[in-house]
Parts: sequence; C-alpha cells; structure tokens
Amino acid sequence: MLNVLRFLRQNPRITIGFALIGCMLLFWLIGNATIGTSKAVPISAPPDLPPSAHYPLGTDSAGRQLLPVLIAGVPLTLEVGLLAGGVGLLIGAVLGFTAGYFGGPIDAIIRTAADVILPIPALAVLVVIASTIHTLLSVEIMALVIASLAWMYPTRTIRAQVLTMRNRAFVDVGRLSGESHLAIIFRELMPNLLPYLAASFVGAVGAGILAGIGLEALGLGPQDKPTLGMTIFWAIYYGATLRGMWWWWGPPIVILVLVFLSLFLIAQGLDRYANPRLRQTV
Amino acid sequence: MSAAYVVRRVLLFFVVVWAATTFIFFLPKLAPGGVNSAGMQSMVDAYEAKFGLNKPLWQQYLTYLGDLSHGDFGYSLMLYPTKVVDIILVSMPWTIGLLTVSTVIAFSLGTVLGGLLAWPRAPQAIQYLLPPLFMFSVVPYYLFGLILVYLLAFQFRVFPMSGNSQYGVVASFSPGFAADVVYHSILPALSIILASLGFWALGMRAMMVSISGEDYMLFADAKGLNARRIFLRYAMRNALLPQTTTLALSLGTILSGALLVEVVFSYAGMGAVLFRAVSGFDYFTIYGVVFFIIVGVAFATLVLDLVYPLLDPRIRYSKR
Repeated sequence: MLNVLRFLRQNPRITIGFALIGCMLLFWLIGNATIGTSKAVPISAPPDLPPSAHYPLGTDSAGRQLLPVLIAGVPLTLEVGLLAGGVGLLIGAVLGFTAGYFGGPIDAIIRTAADVILPIPALAVLVVIASTIHTLLSVEIMALVIASLAWMYPTRTIRAQVLTMRNRAFVDVGRLSGESHLAIIFRELMPNLLPYLAASFVGAVGAGILAGIGLEALGLGPQDKPTLGMTIFWAIYYGATLRGMWWWWGPPIVILVLVFLSLFLIAQGLDRYANPRLRQTV
Repeated sequence: MSAAYVVRRVLLFFVVVWAATTFIFFLPKLAPGGVNSAGMQSMVDAYEAKFGLNKPLWQQYLTYLGDLSHGDFGYSLMLYPTKVVDIILVSMPWTIGLLTVSTVIAFSLGTVLGGLLAWPRAPQAIQYLLPPLFMFSVVPYYLFGLILVYLLAFQFRVFPMSGNSQYGVVASFSPGFAADVVYHSILPALSIILASLGFWALGMRAMMVSISGEDYMLFADAKGLNARRIFLRYAMRNALLPQTTTLALSLGTILSGALLVEVVFSYAGMGAVLFRAVSGFDYFTIYGVVFFIIVGVAFATLVLDLVYPLLDPRIRYSKR
C-alpha cells in the first residue's frame, strides 16, 4: 500500500490522470444511485429546455433529459475504449512479439500487413463496416470492429521493442538454459516491456474512444444507446449550435476532453516511468 | 534516393489501394441481407440479372475493378441519376483546400513553436503557451469546432456559422468570391489548426530536448557560432526529420478529424457528403467517398515518403 502511494507521489501525471478517471466513475455511480438513467430516452421531458432546477442540464429536441444521458453515456464511452483498446493491444502484442521474436518470413508477412493497413484511415474503413451492419451494431460490436483496425500501431512499436531486446544477454541465457520460446517471451521479454505495454494500452484506449466518438458523430453508433458521440450527432443533426443550445453539446465535450486529458496524462506518466531518459526533460 | 526504393514505395501505394478496393467490395457482401417476402423474389431476380448480381462473385469483382479503373463508382442512390464520381469531384477541392492550408499552417507554426519552447535562449513568455497548447491537443478537432461556432459565430457574430460561401452565390474566380470563401473557411481551419498545433509543438519540443544533449550541439556552441545559426541549422534541422515521419503517419487521423469538422460546419467537402450519404444509406456514395479518402491519404503518404530521403541526407548517402 505504501509502495503504491510512493509510486503515485513520484508520478504526478499518473496520479492526476487516475484521479480524473475516478471522478468520472464517481459521477456515474452517484448519478446512477440518485438520478438513474430512465429519463435518458426520448419524450421523457418537454423538448429544448435550458438547464433549470427541475432539469439540471436541460433537455434536447427529442425530449431526453441530458443529465441522465450523460450518466448513461460515460460508462458506454469508457467501455468502447477499454474493449477496443484491450483487444487491439492484445492482437498487436501477439503479432508484435511473434514478428519481433521469431523474425524471418513470419516477420516479413506481419510487417508488410501492418505497413499496408496502417496508412489507410481507420475511420473510412469503419464507416463502411458500420454502415453495412448498422442494424446489428451494439456498443460491444462497435468496439470489436474498432479493435480490428487498432492493432497495426501496437504491432509495429512492440515489434521494434522486442527487436532491441531479442539479442540481449539475458535472453541468450534463457535460451541456452533450455527455456521454450513461450517461456522466453512471457518470462524474459514481457516483464521488461510491462510499463511500455501499459502505456500502449492507455494510448490504444484513447484511440478507441476517439474512433468510437467519430463513428457516433457520423450517426453510425449504436442507435438505441445514448452514447456521448450519439448525443453530439443529434446535437449537430438538430443544429443545436445554431440555436445556441450549449447545454446539449457542451457537457459531453467537457467529459470527453477530461477523458482524453486523463488518458494522455497517464500514458505520458507511464512513458516517463518506463523510459527514465525522458524524466530529466520535464 | 535509389531507384529500387522508389519502385518499392510506388508498389506499396498500389497494394494499399488494391487492398482498400477489395475490402470495400467484399465487406458489404458478407453482411446478412436478402428479402423475406415470397412475392418479391421475381423482382429481386430481375434486378440481380440487370445489375449482374447473379454472376459468380469473382466475375462481379473483376467488373468492379474494371469500373473503378476508369472512375465509375455507380450512381448515387439519394441523388439519382447523379454519378457518385461527379458528387465527389465537386466536393473534393474543398476538402483538399481546407485540409492542406490548415495542416501546413498547423505543422509549420507548431514546429517552430515547439522548437522555441525547448530553446533556452527563447523569450521566457513563450512558456506560458505550453499549458493551453497541451489542453488543446487532446480535444478532437470537430469538438473544438462546435465550441468555436458557438463562441465566434453564435455569441459574437464575427464569422459565419456554416457553409463554404454565401448562400446562393454562384462559384466564380472573382476576388469577391475568393474573399467570401476565405471568410467562410476561417472557423473550420481555425478549429483544425488550434487543435493540432499542440500535437506538433509537443512532439517538436520533445525532439529538440533530446537533440540539445547531442555532442554536435555542444561543439557548435564551443565554436562560438551565433545562436540563430545553432537554432536553425543544428537543432531545428535535425529535429525536423522525425516530425516529418509523424506527419506521414498521422495523415489518416488528420483527414478523419477534418471530415468531421466539415460536418460541424456544413462545409461542402467530402466530410459533409459522407455525413449525408450515411444518414440516407446511400451506399455507393459512401463507398466512393471512402475510396477517394483512402487513395488520397495513400498518395499523400507516398509523396511524403519520396520527399523524405531528400530531407535526410543520411538516407540518401547510404543508398547510393
């Protein structure tokens, strides 16, 4: 416990990042317990009302109350990010370790595949997938679709890291003492890359949320869920900015900015922790 | 730059384009579809015969590739009988213009700012820019756009809220129209520039910091070269290379962000076309726009990759 506290004190960026995420989770938990999300559906309130004592964040043009919408939207957004980032990193780690450790033709195939797919703008491909299966699109399926295009960057960077380690003495020792390839990967390489993998994970979560919000803002999110991106889509669709309804799009933006800021801080903190050379550069 | 490198890089471009087109063709075919009611079957058969959908898949695929190779994306479902390629050709210049101008400004301004942020002899006041740059860099462009529209177009009516020119004015090559277009483009461009400035500045700053520890920097200082020369020719010149690599890698992300900015501003570029096509399930337009986006990004990356060896003499010499 004391160790954890010391770690947090020495890495203020990580601390602030996690504190922000914690605030968001608290907002969700308290909101769920006191207000609930039952009023996050259309025609649960008069439309187009500015914030008032009765409707704390006002209502949108379809008669959703926006505070319940946010309470329902925060966990959905985090879920998309965690699932897409997690699966994307998992695929990336498997491919990256395989390519970097074994080398040869496998490496060539994986590297070429990543190089061919990486420059293709993910949002463009996601739009094709999402518009094709838009009727079956749930939060989880959307996250998996995003993950299917989120593995190239982790693959490339993990492969590069593994390459620099593959021929170090401690790996040779493991190999000579008869450890299997899997044991070397999991016991010798993985522990050295853990902070690095953690940083990549946080980066992938951020990218997953960004892609999800982008799809949703185009109207390609899960249609029946009040995600933050769908809220922004409806706000654009009904011209909320032109009508001065800041309470409609403002709060989701604040939450999204806080999410991105906290992930950015955590990723930077982990980078600094993993790579001490960065620390002196503050 | 060796010929082999150029050939390999150009080949990769075609592989990317081919992979993307194949994907766009096959993916929708995998989706569940079909008609349930029995009376419709004869009609479905007639249409499938008319559009060649009863042929084997590989034959359809070859026809599709043949059509694409001379720019035939079929007809828009919403604006029938307008051809998809015509819709795209009208909207594409707007996107390319907005994107190029704002990215060039953001990249060069951000790079210089980042260099100055890490330069010990730069004015101290510049350090105050760091927190806002940091904050802005985490906001997606289009969310920034929403905030800017509200502040500068709705509250203080300084700029127009949407569109790319005065409504109802016919496009022409007159100074008046050009001024109108610039006036309408300031807010969308500003949201891209402000939101991406921090990204370039922070990347450049990190690069400059690591370069300032290099021996050649110390040597240049010891030789007594003037500060300006050390900053421009020794520090900036070397830190610029990774920055260019990042630019090539981020083009897709930048474009995706810019397309959504167009949606926020109803700017008549490809983003707005895509938004309308998605809302109306105008599949051929969606596929056409996506194809152009992919080819555009792949082409821009190709150009950057071919220019890169010219920027970095080490690559040029080693290949010779």
